[in-house]
Amino acid sequence: MTLSLNWRKWLLYAGVAAVVAYCLAPFYWMLVSSLRRTSDIFENSPLPTHLSFENYLAVLDPSQAFTRALLNSIVVAGITTVLALILATFTAYAMARLEFRLKRLVLTLIIATSMFPVVSIVVPLLKMFVGFGWINTYQAMIVPSMSFTLPLAVWNLTAFFRQMPQELEQAAMVDGCTRGQAFRRIIIPLAAPGMFTTAIITFIAAWNEFLIALTMTNKPEMQTAPVAISKFSGASQFETPFGSQMAAGVLVTVPLVIMVLLFQRRIVAGLTAGAAK
Amino acid sequence: MVKTHNPPGSAEGRHDDTAGRVYGVARGSARGSSAVPPASAARRRRKPRATAGSGRLAALLVSPTLLVLTIVVLYPTIVALKDSLFGTPGLNPKTGFVNETDPFVGAQNYTDIFGAAGERFWNAFWNTSFLTVTTVGMETVIGVAMALIMNRAFQGRALVRASILVPWAIPTAVTGLLWRWIFNSNGIANALIGQQVLWTTEGFHAKVAVIIADVWKTAPFIGLLVLAGLQVINKEVYEAAKIDGAGAVRQFWSITLPLVKPALMVAVLFRTLDALRMFDLPYILIGAQKESVETLSMLAQDQAANVRFGPAAAYAVILFLYVFLIALAFVRLLGANVVGDDDAAPKRRRRWLPVRRPAEVAA
Repeated sequence: MTLSLNWRKWLLYAGVAAVVAYCLAPFYWMLVSSLRRTSDIFENSPLPTHLSFENYLAVLDPSQAFTRALLNSIVVAGITTVLALILATFTAYAMARLEFRLKRLVLTLIIATSMFPVVSIVVPLLKMFVGFGWINTYQAMIVPSMSFTLPLAVWNLTAFFRQMPQELEQAAMVDGCTRGQAFRRIIIPLAAPGMFTTAIITFIAAWNEFLIALTMTNKPEMQTAPVAISKFSGASQFETPFGSQMAAGVLVTVPLVIMVLLFQRRIVAGLTAGAAK
Repeated sequence: MVKTHNPPGSAEGRHDDTAGRVYGVARGSARGSSAVPPASAARRRRKPRATAGSGRLAALLVSPTLLVLTIVVLYPTIVALKDSLFGTPGLNPKTGFVNETDPFVGAQNYTDIFGAAGERFWNAFWNTSFLTVTTVGMETVIGVAMALIMNRAFQGRALVRASILVPWAIPTAVTGLLWRWIFNSNGIANALIGQQVLWTTEGFHAKVAVIIADVWKTAPFIGLLVLAGLQVINKEVYEAAKIDGAGAVRQFWSITLPLVKPALMVAVLFRTLDALRMFDLPYILIGAQKESVETLSMLAQDQAANVRFGPAAAYAVILFLYVFLIALAFVRLLGANVVGDDDAAPKRRRRWLPVRRPAEVAA
């Protein structure tokens, strides 16, 4: 019995190790490759034989405009997140706390919009934005991004608001608060962790957006980071600068990985809030 | 339900009253007290103070979101429908100049699918379907396996959770680049299998490359959602099954899978709809206009980028309908509850697929 238990324990460890390796190995490979010298980029050793930061220097070189792309990404993803969060907070509160006609239909519609193929929105919007002269502007990327970030934020926040005890708010209202005051003084402070989590998830979704940013820009200085790295080319157009691409990939990913490490518990709670009751 | 004792003119009063009653019904059934007549349950639980004026307030709170979604989703969809009926401006036979406006072509962009432009469309259609079925299938199996392992792991849980979020957090564009490097002809993938496969060139191996990269990125996400479903299963159910002599395999098929089904269905639905609109990964990993991996999204975007808005809109509309039908099938046939809310829905679902209760299973 003990032998069998021991055996099962080791099998479990092996399983855990397999899951961790599965998830991290490709990311590790990107990191290692980015730290190799250009001359030994095709080496397959698990650690770089000569540690070098030349790829990072190449990426951050002003000629690549990559820092500008990072800045564009921060602006677009940041504004999208803030706008989506503001609108979603009000809507999610109504969804979780108020009783009104067609509530289920409205919530279903909002969630359904997030499942629209982005391309079927982008094609007509591109035509419209060409007419507005909005091509290569931030708003041309922010407005379409609302189509998937807003439903995501509403969905997440609704789940959070539903989990909060209704009694606190009712007690505040019995004590003479209006619904608005109860919302501001009780709900918002209590919901802060949920709103923070929703902000992270929304930000990551907006940061990772590619199709809209690709379609709405054609000037390198307005491209977001994911588009910029997909078009990354080195000084010579005859060799693909794999090392620089990996370095750029690490730079785009590291802020997200740090967020994930810091707030993993919350993010998992947010992602699974609607799925499992 | 809509008819109330209020005169038709008093809109405000009518709102509140119906809203209260609808909610009352929902709450009654949500708490599993379906034996109690909903109306009386509603009356008993109604808190007049808490529901006063909520109809108007709700409209005020919800309308900004609905307005934004109307502008960025509904309106473009309608425009896409309209655009799909127009062609690209050609030469005017009388003047010899290029026409300024798009000519109306009716359903020609749609009928072209069965004619001249058909080959590329159907290729994209089958690519989309093939990639969706294969990736979602593999992701589900791997994701469930991951969730089962994570559910048992008590040490190192934080490490597992953090690492499982990494593929999810990496932008798809970076994932594409990363796997293009792994699948380079002199890259690590060929070194590991000891062969020289030109993964990122046209051919079936390009599909395999996209599938592997996509499964890597999203299987952990399914694992995460399924894990959440596993964690709410009462451990006593397993104890009872063990006493009844059910083995591990039997426990998985008879207890774990039926009980985790709601969470799994939502995860699979989200992944399926996501896979149907796949764009970034094949675009970056293999490239644009590659026959082996061109999806409907890529085809529509390519047409739009080349100012052929009519066909682009037609492809986008077809993709939209495809996604819509699949979503409808999921919700209707498989009972995926996306809203995450019990309100009134189970009544309709039960007709399609009886939900097995834990008690029945354990017995």
